[in-house]
Amino acid sequence: MRVDMAAGSVVRDLLQVIQALLDSPATSTTLWITATLASYWAAAALYRATRAHPLCLPVVTGTAAVIALLRATGTSYETYFAAVRPLVFLLGPATVALAVPMHGQIKTLRNIWKPIAAALAVGSTVAVGSAVAIGWVFGAHAPTLVAIAPRSATMPIATSLAEHFGGPASLAAVAVLVTGVAGTMLCGPVLRWVVRSEDEAVQGFALGLTAHAIGTGRALQISERAGAYAALGMGLNGLLTAVLMPAAVAAIALLGAGG
Amino acid sequence: MIRAFVLLLLMQLCGDLLGAALRLPLPGTLIGMVLLLAFMSLKPQAGQWLEDTAQPLLRNLMLLLIPYIAGIVTQMDSMAGQWLPFFLACVLGAVLSLAATAWTLRWMLARQARAEAGHAR
Repeated sequence: MRVDMAAGSVVRDLLQVIQALLDSPATSTTLWITATLASYWAAAALYRATRAHPLCLPVVTGTAAVIALLRATGTSYETYFAAVRPLVFLLGPATVALAVPMHGQIKTLRNIWKPIAAALAVGSTVAVGSAVAIGWVFGAHAPTLVAIAPRSATMPIATSLAEHFGGPASLAAVAVLVTGVAGTMLCGPVLRWVVRSEDEAVQGFALGLTAHAIGTGRALQISERAGAYAALGMGLNGLLTAVLMPAAVAAIALLGAGG
Repeated sequence: MIRAFVLLLLMQLCGDLLGAALRLPLPGTLIGMVLLLAFMSLKPQAGQWLEDTAQPLLRNLMLLLIPYIAGIVTQMDSMAGQWLPFFLACVLGAVLSLAATAWTLRWMLARQARAEAGHAR
């Protein structure tokens, strides 16, 4: 009995020490960055095990694992985000680095820049406009509309645009994911039955423009040519979405959505 | 790698400053991306050493986004009642933009092919 009590107090002391460590910012940063990396690593392993099933995207299961850990330890999101700041910092240079693959695609534009420019202008406008219009018709509030508007752009672009214009970045990130998965899964039927095109260039460009990196990954499975057009569509749409965003935000303000 | 990182951060910094100074309605990182694109066009030989650093960063881009996406837990209250428009906008919007993009590109490519055939004749 006494031994048990002694053991109990040792455990209590230990827990207190751990709690004190976790409350210190430095340890908290190490802990939560490790947890985030480990979640992502496990999620990537699961993705390979399921042979790249779109619903097992590492970003989906990895985020779910992080949220589960936060819930299990009773950690608030604010504490977590403050702890992983050093990891989030890298997103800045990584977004700037998107210019590198984009630059590689510019060469392919030389002979077909007119059709590409036309498809880009129409596609980007429809991507941004349809999101705002559909969301508004069905009663989404203004901050939600701002977060949905850039959802066809690649995620770092969409989140930074949403944040800049007053929409929640996390909501924009989820909208990007939903759009990417839906666009990738619906691309085949839409092109076969609605547009009636079997051109790999058309398929790849539409996939990359609509479904960003997730669609580009799918296009690369179709063929290298489709993949190159998808990368081109993703890069160009990221840029044009940024250009269209101020107009979309002005339109949302005019619509006067509640919230 | 250090050289590439200096350049990436410098472009981001310039983007932040330029955006603030000109009151551009864009985040600094995106202006930095356009600046880097311009830099690479002026100095194509930078492509190789930039790529060595850009590749690992971009390959793990989704990892860097997890802290942002996890923030969805803070949106649950304000999103109550808005999930239907949210999903409809994403899914129906994706169908519309797929169709619009593909249809325009197919039409324009056919037009260009006809024009080129006309020139050849």
